[in-house]
Amino acid sequence: MAEINYGQAAPAATAAAADRKTGEAYWKKTSGLMWTVLAIWFFAGFVVHMFAPSLNPIHILGFPLGFYMAAQGSLIIFVVGLFWFAKRQNQIDEEFGLQED
Amino acid sequence: MSSSTGEKDPFIAQLGKIYAGYTGGFAVFVVLLAILEQMGVPDRIIGYLFVFLTIGVYAYIGIISRTAAVAEYYVAGRRVPALYNGMATGSDWMSAASFIGMAGSLYALGYGGLAFILGWTGGYMLVAILLAPYLRKFGQYTVPDFLGARFGGNLARSIGVIVLLTASFVYVVAQIVGVGIITQRFLEVSFLTAVFLGLAGILVCSMLGGMRAVTWTQVAQYIILIIAYLLPAILMSVKVTGVPVPQIMYGFALERIEGLEQAFRAAGQTPPPGVTGFHTSPFIGPNGAFSWSAAINFFALVFCLMVGTAALPHILMRYFTTPSVREARQSVAWSLFFIFLLYFTAPAYAAFGKLEIYQTVIGQPIASLPEWIKNWQIVSPYGVPWVNIVDVNRDGIVQWGDFRIHPDVVVLATPEIAGLPYVIAGLVAAGGLAAALSTADGLLLALANALSHDVYYKMIDRNAPTAKRLIISRVLLIVVALLAAWTAGSLGADILFLVAWAFSIAAAGLFAALVMGVWYKKTTDAGAVAGMAVGYIVTAGYLVWSEFGGLSFLQLFGTKEAIVRAATAMAGIASASAEAKAAAAAIVANAAQVQDGALSWLGGVLNGYGMTTDHVVLRGRVVARLWGINNISGGIFGVPLSFLTIYLVSQFTRAPSQAMQDFIDDIRVPRGGVRLANKADAVE
Repeated sequence: MAEINYGQAAPAATAAAADRKTGEAYWKKTSGLMWTVLAIWFFAGFVVHMFAPSLNPIHILGFPLGFYMAAQGSLIIFVVGLFWFAKRQNQIDEEFGLQED
Repeated sequence: MSSSTGEKDPFIAQLGKIYAGYTGGFAVFVVLLAILEQMGVPDRIIGYLFVFLTIGVYAYIGIISRTAAVAEYYVAGRRVPALYNGMATGSDWMSAASFIGMAGSLYALGYGGLAFILGWTGGYMLVAILLAPYLRKFGQYTVPDFLGARFGGNLARSIGVIVLLTASFVYVVAQIVGVGIITQRFLEVSFLTAVFLGLAGILVCSMLGGMRAVTWTQVAQYIILIIAYLLPAILMSVKVTGVPVPQIMYGFALERIEGLEQAFRAAGQTPPPGVTGFHTSPFIGPNGAFSWSAAINFFALVFCLMVGTAALPHILMRYFTTPSVREARQSVAWSLFFIFLLYFTAPAYAAFGKLEIYQTVIGQPIASLPEWIKNWQIVSPYGVPWVNIVDVNRDGIVQWGDFRIHPDVVVLATPEIAGLPYVIAGLVAAGGLAAALSTADGLLLALANALSHDVYYKMIDRNAPTAKRLIISRVLLIVVALLAAWTAGSLGADILFLVAWAFSIAAAGLFAALVMGVWYKKTTDAGAVAGMAVGYIVTAGYLVWSEFGGLSFLQLFGTKEAIVRAATAMAGIASASAEAKAAAAAIVANAAQVQDGALSWLGGVLNGYGMTTDHVVLRGRVVARLWGINNISGGIFGVPLSFLTIYLVSQFTRAPSQAMQDFIDDIRVPRGGVRLANKADAVE
């Protein structure tokens, strides 16, 4: 290894971190979360805006709703969604004992 | 945390204090300059102080962060906390285009401009869930490192390097042009001098300390750019509505804009060229009504920008620098939060600026326009004045359609539009400079690392000693920077449209291979190599061909009517070359003999959905559009093709070895080490 051992720069390993069964269950749950967040992404990134022409006549604080969703609403969903994802994935890691040391 | 970082690093522990002190110091500096301005110090001196003092601070950080350790140089020692990596990524990400250009695009395009806001934020969802944690676990230095380790070595690595170089180089040239535009305006020097001054500012940050220096200057640059962006918007909001929350209050500005646009139309005025709908109306075509083509182009652009975001190596490499996988995930969320702060303010800028112009400029006699307009009626590097008043009907009054403002001016001129003191204009210039410099630093480092680490160390000399590697890295950094500055200086603003291409190229070249490398275990080396090559060649080829050979593209994919229309347009372009015009005129003269293109059946398969293969005249060229999709969204063809190629080829080639499957298992879980399929891929 390096002259200075910094952090966890991919230390060489000899064995898997988890047995096969745990690993597969972990990955199934992780994939489930991935698809959930991907669905939120698709909804906030695309689906909502397909309805922009019909949402625009609704005005909130002066904002036409369709415009608002693309200018702010979806962005808020993205930000909150990512913090939620980080938290949820940590819980999954800990549930299977696969979090970092 | 691991053993070596177990004892609390004193620098990391102090970060909060250091940057809080820095922010306070900057605030005091701005106040001091405001006082100086009141005391009668000339504007020019204020501008100089802003530019040189901020660059001086970045240089200082760059110099004290110098390092001779490889892990520090390439990945900042992997100890950048999630929050600070988020800030650094924010300024790495937000370029001159975001800071100066975004609000202006929204001003010009209205709803259509929101595609950039959505695309440049939503991409981080993909980064977080599909890539960042796994790249962090893999834990080497560059994105091509991952491609090399996962897909059997140098061929995959080389293709990754080629895509990276193409996408990052056009991007960095655009940043240097941005630095040049700002420096030129505020220091009143020639464009070329401005470019090389900016270059010095960029190099001093990155050269000595690599990723470590770039990280800590980027945090400092983020703080300046966000203050510089928010403050004028807040002041503008106070001026127009009396409430200092522009992001909420601009709804009222939008309502008044719509009212005024209705009144203009009712009075028989025509909108400026290119504008057909109301500011907030979505998907409006050239005839002023809903258009399928506009809607499809909007979503195609959003898609390309999102996927491109998730594939740009200078962004992905930032997530190699966090202390853990867990922090890598949090760091993406923080990145998006810090980017969000600027992006959700941009539409407010556009709305307040537009309202102010509608109320104080439109309908006024040209002889008595506000002072700020005269300041900006100077010629831009684009060849037209920044603010251009074209009195179409020669009545001496500024009509709606007479007032043309270049998008890049909207943010830079806001302080003057709102009648704010010059110190705010200087602050905005410092912010724009911070945005351009930070992005340029990140890109240059990505380019130089790909050449020094991936090409030189991994492919040419595996036994090079550390000192030699770092020297080569620095030499390459200077060479790439000079090359970029030279390109920027000689081509200027003409190449800015290429930035949008970087997203499509990175998306089509890298995204599928990276994602499938993690998420689809059966992805084979041959599949990934073929997929990257197909995505890259199809997209880059489509972009270049449709842009520079629009007519010949249509001669293959277009109907005879489309060919004749394009040739007619070509013959009428004033700046086109004589031969091109003559060839086009010949086609028009023989219109009766023109045949449908050989592949016009392919160009016509989506005719039923309003997606016809046609052309638009842009940048003095006839630009072809396959299925009516603008070439800015060229990645829409390459990305799916790349996924499909990887999947299909992987079905017909030998499945990855057990060692490779173990490797994938290891990068999928945060715990434990990584068993490389090929021990030779290890880096120190």
